[in-house]
Amino acid sequence: MWSVIEQIFPYAVVFTIPLLITALGGLFSERSGVVNIGLEGLMVIGSFTGAFTIYKLQEIWTNNPSVLWIGLLVAFICGVIFSLLHAFASINLNANQIISGTAINMIAGAITVFMARNITGSGNVRITKGFQPFDIPYLTDIPIIGNLIFKKTYPTTWCILLILFVSAFILYKTSFGLRLRACGENPHAAEAAGINVRYMRYIGVMISGGFSALGGAVIIVTYAGEFSGTVAGLGFLALASLIFGQWRPFGVLAATLFFGFASTIANVSQVIPSLAVIPPILLKIFPYVVTLIALIIFSKSSQAPKAVGEPFDSGKR
Amino acid sequence: MKNFLISLLAVLFGLLAGALLMAITGHNPLEGFSYLLEGGLKNPERIGNTLATATPLILTGLSVAFAFRTGLFNIGAAGQMLIGGFCATAVGLSFDMARPLLLLVMVLVGMLGGALWALIPGILKAKFNVHEVVSTIMMNWIAYWTIYYVVPAYFKGEFLETESRRLPETATLKWKLLSDIFGGSYINLGLIIALVFVFIVGFIINKTTLGYELKAVGYNRHAAEYAGIAVNRGIILSMLISGGLAGLAGVVQYAGNASSIQIGILPSQGYDGIAVALLGANTPIGVMLSAVFFGLLYSGRGFMSAMTDIPPEISDSIIAIVIYFAATSILIERLLRRFKKPLSEKSKDPAGGKKVQS
Amino acid sequence: MENVVEMINIRKEFPGVVANDNITLTLRKGEIHALLGENGAGKSTLMSILFGMYQPDRGLIKINGKETKISNPNVANDLGIGMVHQHFKLVDIFTVTENIILGSEPRKMGILDVKKAAKRIEELSKHYGLNVDPYAKIQDISVGMQQRVEILKMLYRNADVLIFDEPTAVLTPQEIEELMKIMKNLISEGKSIILITHKLKEIKAVADRCTVIRRGKLIGTVDVATTSEETMAEMMVGRQVSFKVNKYESRPGEVILRLDNVSVKSNRKHMGLKNFSLEVRAGEIVGIAGVEGNGQTELVEAITGLRGIESGDIYFKGEKINHLSIRKRIENGIGHIPEDRQKRGLVLDYSLEENVILEVYNRKPFSSRGLLNRAAIRNYASKIIESFDVRSGQGAISIARSLSGGNQQKLIIGREIELDPSLLIAVQPTRGLDVGSIEYIHRRLVEHRDKGKAVLLISLELDEIMNLADRIAVVNNGELVGVLDSSEATENKIGLMMAGVKRMEEGK
Repeated sequence: MWSVIEQIFPYAVVFTIPLLITALGGLFSERSGVVNIGLEGLMVIGSFTGAFTIYKLQEIWTNNPSVLWIGLLVAFICGVIFSLLHAFASINLNANQIISGTAINMIAGAITVFMARNITGSGNVRITKGFQPFDIPYLTDIPIIGNLIFKKTYPTTWCILLILFVSAFILYKTSFGLRLRACGENPHAAEAAGINVRYMRYIGVMISGGFSALGGAVIIVTYAGEFSGTVAGLGFLALASLIFGQWRPFGVLAATLFFGFASTIANVSQVIPSLAVIPPILLKIFPYVVTLIALIIFSKSSQAPKAVGEPFDSGKR
Repeated sequence: MKNFLISLLAVLFGLLAGALLMAITGHNPLEGFSYLLEGGLKNPERIGNTLATATPLILTGLSVAFAFRTGLFNIGAAGQMLIGGFCATAVGLSFDMARPLLLLVMVLVGMLGGALWALIPGILKAKFNVHEVVSTIMMNWIAYWTIYYVVPAYFKGEFLETESRRLPETATLKWKLLSDIFGGSYINLGLIIALVFVFIVGFIINKTTLGYELKAVGYNRHAAEYAGIAVNRGIILSMLISGGLAGLAGVVQYAGNASSIQIGILPSQGYDGIAVALLGANTPIGVMLSAVFFGLLYSGRGFMSAMTDIPPEISDSIIAIVIYFAATSILIERLLRRFKKPLSEKSKDPAGGKKVQS
Repeated sequence: MENVVEMINIRKEFPGVVANDNITLTLRKGEIHALLGENGAGKSTLMSILFGMYQPDRGLIKINGKETKISNPNVANDLGIGMVHQHFKLVDIFTVTENIILGSEPRKMGILDVKKAAKRIEELSKHYGLNVDPYAKIQDISVGMQQRVEILKMLYRNADVLIFDEPTAVLTPQEIEELMKIMKNLISEGKSIILITHKLKEIKAVADRCTVIRRGKLIGTVDVATTSEETMAEMMVGRQVSFKVNKYESRPGEVILRLDNVSVKSNRKHMGLKNFSLEVRAGEIVGIAGVEGNGQTELVEAITGLRGIESGDIYFKGEKINHLSIRKRIENGIGHIPEDRQKRGLVLDYSLEENVILEVYNRKPFSSRGLLNRAAIRNYASKIIESFDVRSGQGAISIARSLSGGNQQKLIIGREIELDPSLLIAVQPTRGLDVGSIEYIHRRLVEHRDKGKAVLLISLELDEIMNLADRIAVVNNGELVGVLDSSEATENKIGLMMAGVKRMEEGK
């Protein structure tokens, strides 16, 4: 049993990380008061722009790993820019945020494949080489967790975890975080305190854009290796993790880890004898069913930001 | 007719954006659009195919529009379509009856399947106030994987692993007469069914007490409750009807346009239904017109792609941009009105903020 | 005596309405200056301009003699102007300290310095006698204390000019007295106060001068000590106002509603209504007096069926209705004018005629066999619109959202009274309405009583209850404190009961 866990742990983590960063992005957006179900589309944008940048740069600098970091940066920026569509619609035009988010998903899905086809004809963009997993020396010697956490890791994993800690700090210990949360709980109170609610919400949505795109790009440089037009519902799973994690950074970490494990188990079950006995269909639908159950459980005591999803009518009393 | 104008504007902007996309990737937009139109309308066969492509869109559009009118976001039309289509296919492959009876049963079973798939999000919303956006999306993926494993397990196709066995012609909605009128296209009874339901849905929404109740619940569930309307029952009923319509879309797609069901795909008509509903301003006639427009975009793109090398995803892109504009154009219009008025008065507003009382 | 604030010839227009039309208001240092006007007269708009939330279209503002532009609340804060809003601007899940520092957070090396702020807040709280716990969460403290948090917000920012927007709506008479003391205390510390209100008694109690606004226009500024309430009321409304409603003695008949030891859960875990017993007879108006949040909502929802009861029994016309559905209760004759007309009373996106049949759409002649009968519906709606003087743009097909608050309320009242209910429950029926509508609605309620029906009136305006009710029941903390005949009711007695002080025998 333990050896099974040790085996699949790195894979679970690799699956978790993109989910985590995307969910964190969603957290910032919703905490500021804007529902963003376009996380899926933003991940696709990041996946495409990251893959495309790296593909092009790898033609020139074939063996340079900095190319991958450049790709991630480009993906982040593109995500921020693309999210402005949602921000503008939701914040300035008071459009229905669900519909706007759905539009983002559709636009991202269509335009990226359109562009990809123009470049490669097949619609897939493959990168030559991604990050290689490595073991961290010394730390792997720690009993029990050493082999678990510090073996076969990716640099992006540590990068994202750092972002997680920084995000938690910003959210709860700085005035920016206090003001952001106020915008999501009671924007009228924030406005009366002199805070520019629109500006804060723009920041929230832009962070969600950048983070989600980063998530999509991380998939490319860690386990996927190519852009294929979709992220297979990961963006929605991130949204579910956000709800599951009750809009708190470490809650989201726990939720995404859980989903990461569940999905990994589902994917490798045929290969591992002790798991192969479970019918694969159950393993595949497990994360989604669990989310439904979690939604029920959390429905009574939901910690959702109180004003999330409501268009902000400045000056309304 | 303000809504009609807005939708028209959205379509225009979407097409313009599409033209832009074509241009910046080095293609000629005029050429692209003319081949697109040709591909969809050049001859009776192509027209028939356009209509056939529009058919499931009419139904998913109705499904989403009905849910919208009653205050619900049914993002789960894709999953409901899969399940409904699967149920109908299963019946068609397993039972041998007189054709009219078989088709009737398939349609009913398909609607039932879709309705039941929407029942769970409906109950979750009514009883636990779980937002239906997330729950329907979860149901989509559960449907996806269910079909993925169940179809090969019980109804595996003879030639392809990734689809079910083909339905015998008598178990499909194909109608030779109709196909012949349209030069051999794959248009089928599905269109008739869709048009009938356009009428039925419109009737329910506008003329019946059921429609009145469901709209009241959708617009303001608190007032509905105050007046004695059973809100939970209303929410569930709305989802059932919406799901049933999406399930019907599955029937006309997998047992009408096609003769088998494919695994590993979430039918795009599910999300497109949202676009159709939005563009059609959530009215049955609007849905019908939008669906035909989208049908044209989808059915013409193959030809366009062959004649130029514009990727077929241009159609998806145009549709997606259209709904972005449809979602925001209602307010773009209001914004335009606001800009017109303050020109007549000097406002001392150094902050420059648009703080206008509503 | 210098002028701390001068607002000169202020004009502010919104689409379709001139909220402030050439208004001038001056605040002297150390005075309490009342701003009097009806609902919708433009008081809040004027103060919002002072507080930087709106910009005036014309006119200027001088602070301490210097002309300034107040472009946002931060500028107002820097100038020493603070505002206690009518609807508190507080974040429920934040602590008192977090709410107070929001927007001007003290920092130590980038991190929020909550401890430092909490200490200062504690000092301020003690100094001004406000008694607030800096670490409590807003959702856990009382409404009175929440208001004091709002006051602290201003003091924390060293405000010298304090604007109070309708502060007493949510307070018991005793808490109002406390607030008056706090205000006088603030004056003695050198602050100046503007008090927005429509309550003449309070103006007489604390204010030095009073500026009266009517329909956006300045009517005049008077010295409170030498001006009578009647004069101020006349300035506010534009004609002579009678405060008493003319009504005959009630002639109560049989018991229509009987609550027997009813307990109802509130939205939070505890009991909102405890062991409540009351009778309402045909031909009488029973008023429920109490501060907001003391069980009135639970009471009304239990009677109408919107909420279940934990124990006890409710009898309507002699029959137990504990488990009867809302629809059945409506059919049996319970009418309800809800507290929140936009949330409960109307489907704003429906037309007037669609709203008017909200409870009866499934009855003949409005529908048969599931199909709506538009002509019958149109007729019915027109009748109600005419008889209750509901003004709208396009008559029965107007969308409810387009009506003013007063007309929306009249429509609801028309709809409920037209059903001729044996028991009419009216909750805050005149909230936010102008005096003309208020008088009209009071008349119709008394009319309904005179037809031999029972009326249960729940209101936060003590004057309204004392004017209309034949018997007054007082609630405090979910319990029935006592029932008084209107002839023996005084504001003082009721006030004490609302605070839970005096317990009385129940009786006529």
